Amino acid sequence: MKVWRGDRTGGEFVEYAVPSDPGMVVLDVIHRIQAAHAPDLAVRWNCKAGKCGSCSAEVNGHPVLMCMTRMSEFRGGEEITVSPVKTFPVIKDLVTDVSFNFEKAKQIPPFKPKPKEPDGTRRMYQEDVDRVQEFHKCIECFLCQDVCHVIRDHEENKPSFSGPRFFVRLAALEMHPLDTNDRLELIRLKHGLGYCNITKCCTEVCPEDIHITDNAIIPLKERVVTAHYDPVAWALRRIRRTGQASPAPSEPQSKAQPPSA
Amino acid sequence: MRDIERHQYDVVVVGAGGAGLRAAIEAHANGAKTALVCKSLLGKAHTVMAEGGIAAALANVWKEDNWKVHFRDTMRGGKLLNNWRMAQLHAQESPERVLELEEWGALFDRTKDGLILQRDFGGHRYARLAHVGDRTGLEMIRTLQNRAVAQGIDVFMECTVRHLLVDAGRVSGAVGYWRQTGRLIAFAAKAVVLATGGVGKAWKVTSNSWEYTGDGIAMALDAGADLIDMEMTQFHPTAMVWPLSVRGILVTEGVRGDGGTLKNNKGERFMFKYIPDFFRADTADTEREADAWYEDKRSNRRTPDLLPRDEVARAINAEVKAGRGTEHGGVFLDIASRRPADYIQRRLPSMYHQFKELADVDITKEAMEVGPTLHYIMGGVRVDADTAATTLDGLYAAGEVAAGMHGANRLGGNSLSDLLVFGRRAGLAAADYAKRGAAPRIDEAQLGAYADAIAAPFQRSGNENPYQIQADLQDTMQELVGIIRTKSELEEALVRIERLRARAARVRVPGTRVYNPGWHLALDLENLIGVSEAVIRSALVRTESRGGHTREDYPKADPEWGTKNVVTRRRAGRLELVTEAIPGVPNELQALIGEDKPAGQVATGEPVVIGGKE
Repeated sequence: MKVWRGDRTGGEFVEYAVPSDPGMVVLDVIHRIQAAHAPDLAVRWNCKAGKCGSCSAEVNGHPVLMCMTRMSEFRGGEEITVSPVKTFPVIKDLVTDVSFNFEKAKQIPPFKPKPKEPDGTRRMYQEDVDRVQEFHKCIECFLCQDVCHVIRDHEENKPSFSGPRFFVRLAALEMHPLDTNDRLELIRLKHGLGYCNITKCCTEVCPEDIHITDNAIIPLKERVVTAHYDPVAWALRRIRRTGQASPAPSEPQSKAQPPSA
Repeated sequence: MRDIERHQYDVVVVGAGGAGLRAAIEAHANGAKTALVCKSLLGKAHTVMAEGGIAAALANVWKEDNWKVHFRDTMRGGKLLNNWRMAQLHAQESPERVLELEEWGALFDRTKDGLILQRDFGGHRYARLAHVGDRTGLEMIRTLQNRAVAQGIDVFMECTVRHLLVDAGRVSGAVGYWRQTGRLIAFAAKAVVLATGGVGKAWKVTSNSWEYTGDGIAMALDAGADLIDMEMTQFHPTAMVWPLSVRGILVTEGVRGDGGTLKNNKGERFMFKYIPDFFRADTADTEREADAWYEDKRSNRRTPDLLPRDEVARAINAEVKAGRGTEHGGVFLDIASRRPADYIQRRLPSMYHQFKELADVDITKEAMEVGPTLHYIMGGVRVDADTAATTLDGLYAAGEVAAGMHGANRLGGNSLSDLLVFGRRAGLAAADYAKRGAAPRIDEAQLGAYADAIAAPFQRSGNENPYQIQADLQDTMQELVGIIRTKSELEEALVRIERLRARAARVRVPGTRVYNPGWHLALDLENLIGVSEAVIRSALVRTESRGGHTREDYPKADPEWGTKNVVTRRRAGRLELVTEAIPGVPNELQALIGEDKPAGQVATGEPVVIGGKE
């Protein structure tokens, strides 16, 4: 297996050979390399069961979770390369600086529930929470961010585009049966929803099978369009919003203006 | 001059799983300047892996449920070794804490009338676990994470706290390093909350992630705080056993809660043979009653498949030892023949996915092969029930790192609720303490010595490999300090621990300080070895079998031991172990628990028939 070794100044693929066992995943091989040949080989991982989203990397160029990629998927003798996700700056080896995502998370206005039912409960029905529960499956592996062309190939878009992970998050909030916060204008202006041209690359790589494009991004686009360009809806929102929206804790201004949705 | 980044806070919370996040949220909400420090990225802590649910007597499914029943289940499940006050607070407050998560955006599965749905789990009399399919921990950690971020709490990610700083008998801060750069970082703090979880990575077969190296337990011990019940380790009965590379990965108890049953290689539902007297009155003794219980809890008793985890793990161990196991050394867990495929996929999506992807097993069509995995430690840092204060001034502990709540064995689902209840209490008490406390004084000589110790693995002359030492430690603990223990093996383990300690002192790591896992492990090893020693010594002291601690040479629960904690502390560099009486249960609560005590022989895998039904 060839593993990319290096840091922000550059690097190269280094070939390693370790013994294999049935059922091994790519992450097992990385661990064996660490133990036997390269104790300082940098890699993130936690659960090793596809639940935490830490061990994202590109295996033969495909963004995957290393813990869920079995060695048996490759043909005998096939060259296997493991490299860090491309969209974020390398720190060392397979570890990248994903702080972009944590900064974007800070810019999302929080959940703000409506008042409780008269009997003091919160009543929501399974059919009403199903679609939001799909979004809550997100394990923040950021593979959707990695594969998204808007930021993968265009560093300059990063300040004004939050990426598929955060469209999923925003959709989860917007479609939450109890939420009252209003984020549509922000989604258009600050999170850059309009940049997305629905190529569905994010959906394809999602290890949780979240239908990011169909269930999150497209419905959000429809909501933004309705809110922004339908004059009646616009006027109603202006009235309703007064005293209602609470902004995110910190709102750094982005200079780039995204195209409209 | 050493390059150390400096910070000053009222409260520093170490660990950002459920307990740490909840503590930080509470400390911040109470006006404390709060830092949240974690080894991984935010949201990746072990809580994310919790599957089945959060135990809370919401009484949404069974109106008969209330905190008293939950308290009783917890105490009996813990074989009465629990700190009664913690068990009481936990049972009383967990419903509130769960509902609070809903106020912060969590979306649990729903009942038909729109309330939070609850599922059956081991040792719980009623369906009690609020859940989201089998990914409850993810929902919980994301909800708390989003809340903490929205509050603007300062988060130090990929930052490892290595030592506590102590001045004049109280905590004054902590020192560690940034994993990404290797730069040292020191926090001056009026109060520190430990929320670092357990020590599963000392065992070979474990459900725990790399982070579980006993950091908080080791730091508390080194700083002079008391530990209790370190011999009490939980082997979760059901984890994957095949292929080898996934051995130890958890299979949620929810599989049994939702109707799955354990079978040996003869197709026999063997749990009926392992019903201890202590649970006999609450447990079904026929398959018919066990199966009927899922639908009707009023006229049937609970299936023995859902006995507390220690009982089930020992039973599986005994079946395998008796030659009735599967090809790969486990037993069968069958839900495929008992529930429809669409029900299984809806209730247990992660399990379906995990077996399909990692083992080529379709759990809607075939039985799973499962076996025990080291999952949790009930022992840990001794705390005050109401405030989570440790025996060291200014130091608090919540979650798995703390001890007492679960006694000798934790019930499934009681961990997530523990994190919320005592995380909140720790945050509150630490913020209060910080308001009263004077500004901390950092002992610069102490800080300097710790800084040098952190850098030491780069400068040593030895040639030991930290990964090899960890593997050898894991073999030792797996082989000699497993489900069934005995004096001679524990003594052998101590001998090996001393050798490992000597080797660990000769670890030399190559490379730079930038994101260097070999270096990180070299430091974590010291914690792993120190905490393992405490486990082994405590296991030698407790000459009985109770909950997570089973002695082949003392195979019965001893009522006398049932009144004692094993206390471990470090004095003058050496571990000191004593026994102390556990706090007595007030009469009105004792009445809830019942007067009987666990007493009979447990299944050690010897040819002894437990329960006498064969």
